[in-house]
Amino acid sequence: MVRDVVLIAAKDLRLEWRSRVGAGQVLPFALLCVLLFAFALDVDRGVLQQATAGLFWVVVLFAAVLVVQRSFSVEASDGVIDALRLSGLSPAAVYLGKVAAITVELLALEAVLWLAVAVLYDTTLGGWGLLVGTVLLATVGTAAAGATYGVVGLRLRGAETLLPLLLLPLLAPVLIGATAASDIALGRSAGPGWPWAALLGMFCVVYLLLGSVLFRPLMEDS
Amino acid sequence: MASTSVVDLRDVVAVVDRFPALAGVTLRIGSGEVVLVRGPNGAGKTTLLRLCAGLLGLTAGDASVLGVDLRTSASAVRRRVGLLGHASFLYADLTVAENARFWGRATGVSDADAVAALDRLEVAQRIRDLPVRSLSTGQRRRVSLAVAVARRPELWLLDEPHAGLDSGGRDLVDALVAEAAAAGATVMFASHELERAESVAQRAVTIVGGVITDGGESEPEPPADGERASRSGTDLSGTDLSGTDLSGTDLSGTDLSGTDLSGADRGP
Repeated sequence: MVRDVVLIAAKDLRLEWRSRVGAGQVLPFALLCVLLFAFALDVDRGVLQQATAGLFWVVVLFAAVLVVQRSFSVEASDGVIDALRLSGLSPAAVYLGKVAAITVELLALEAVLWLAVAVLYDTTLGGWGLLVGTVLLATVGTAAAGATYGVVGLRLRGAETLLPLLLLPLLAPVLIGATAASDIALGRSAGPGWPWAALLGMFCVVYLLLGSVLFRPLMEDS
Repeated sequence: MASTSVVDLRDVVAVVDRFPALAGVTLRIGSGEVVLVRGPNGAGKTTLLRLCAGLLGLTAGDASVLGVDLRTSASAVRRRVGLLGHASFLYADLTVAENARFWGRATGVSDADAVAALDRLEVAQRIRDLPVRSLSTGQRRRVSLAVAVARRPELWLLDEPHAGLDSGGRDLVDALVAEAAAAGATVMFASHELERAESVAQRAVTIVGGVITDGGESEPEPPADGERASRSGTDLSGTDLSGTDLSGTDLSGTDLSGTDLSGADRGP
């Protein structure tokens, strides 16, 4: 099982390295969003600083939709999804492998985005323990939900437009929890941050369990 | 359904996009046979091969492949078949060698055996480090075949295996089919190149309009007690085909008693 998860994750990361879609298209898109928010709210730099965490996670979710779409579009092309079904690989292993690869890609993107918001929004990063924990949990949760809906998109016409409609509402709890925890880590609001991180952890577990169970029938129908 | 045949389909109906691509197929193929499936475009050849690979569910009838009931255990069949389809089943952005290694590892084949299969298909060394997207159709076909061959399948399902290949490649396919049969594997392939295909096959079946019209039974057996004595036509009695597009489908001689066709498009 672990060997198959690593096999799928390594393959997806290799594909991304070769195609450079993430670095060449998704990252510039995310940076552009960060920049546009700065233009829109620059009249009052205080608003930008106050809203840094929320704006950051909104951009991450938008970018996540693109990353998930890319991750599954390679499986849809040239009959590869059928080859995966014929391979005998456990659907749960395929799912977890894709979650792992999406998580790594999003973490790399988020590292660059944090630097961008620090510069453009004049935000001082801090509260590292809580911030890193929040980023990890929110990213895994996003990848877990994204991979579940990504395979649904394989069999839907107009999947490119449907995926955001399906995925973003499901990620609303991640957005709320991650924003609240990040705000506290950055010192924008007071109160304990770890309960929010724990909530994100709970979402991760639920999404991962649901995805592992649902991926088999969803892959069968794709 | 107990069966000693490698492929044993009885009155199988398979619906694809609301269209009955297989409208009552009865087919029996024994171990080690090399069977050509022929028929016009849209006859159901590809659907038949996909069904035998366990990739397509059946709406009605009984189907067993390699002794496994497709209704209940299709996934158990998949690892034991080698399917060559119209698609390449390859990742375009990975190199030939990376594709061979990945699909080998995914199916329990060692890296050495994956490379040996590339050698057997005479995939040139100079293209093995190129991404698949840069290959010609024929080169991709050879790599796809190599991936399928490496698995050493018990049942080969080849859809237009000669398509896109040069004459050397076509001869290689014929040799591979002969080797597979000699090693005890069963081969079922669809082709429009009838002269070449018929020289390779031991038997040919004809499929038209989703129904096998010729050669479906290699060894006719008397019906067991309680089994329908006649297989002429197709028995769809009791089958729910509501909402199914039946236009263009020849259902003459088909028993539709008790069949729910409400909402079905029966064509002109």
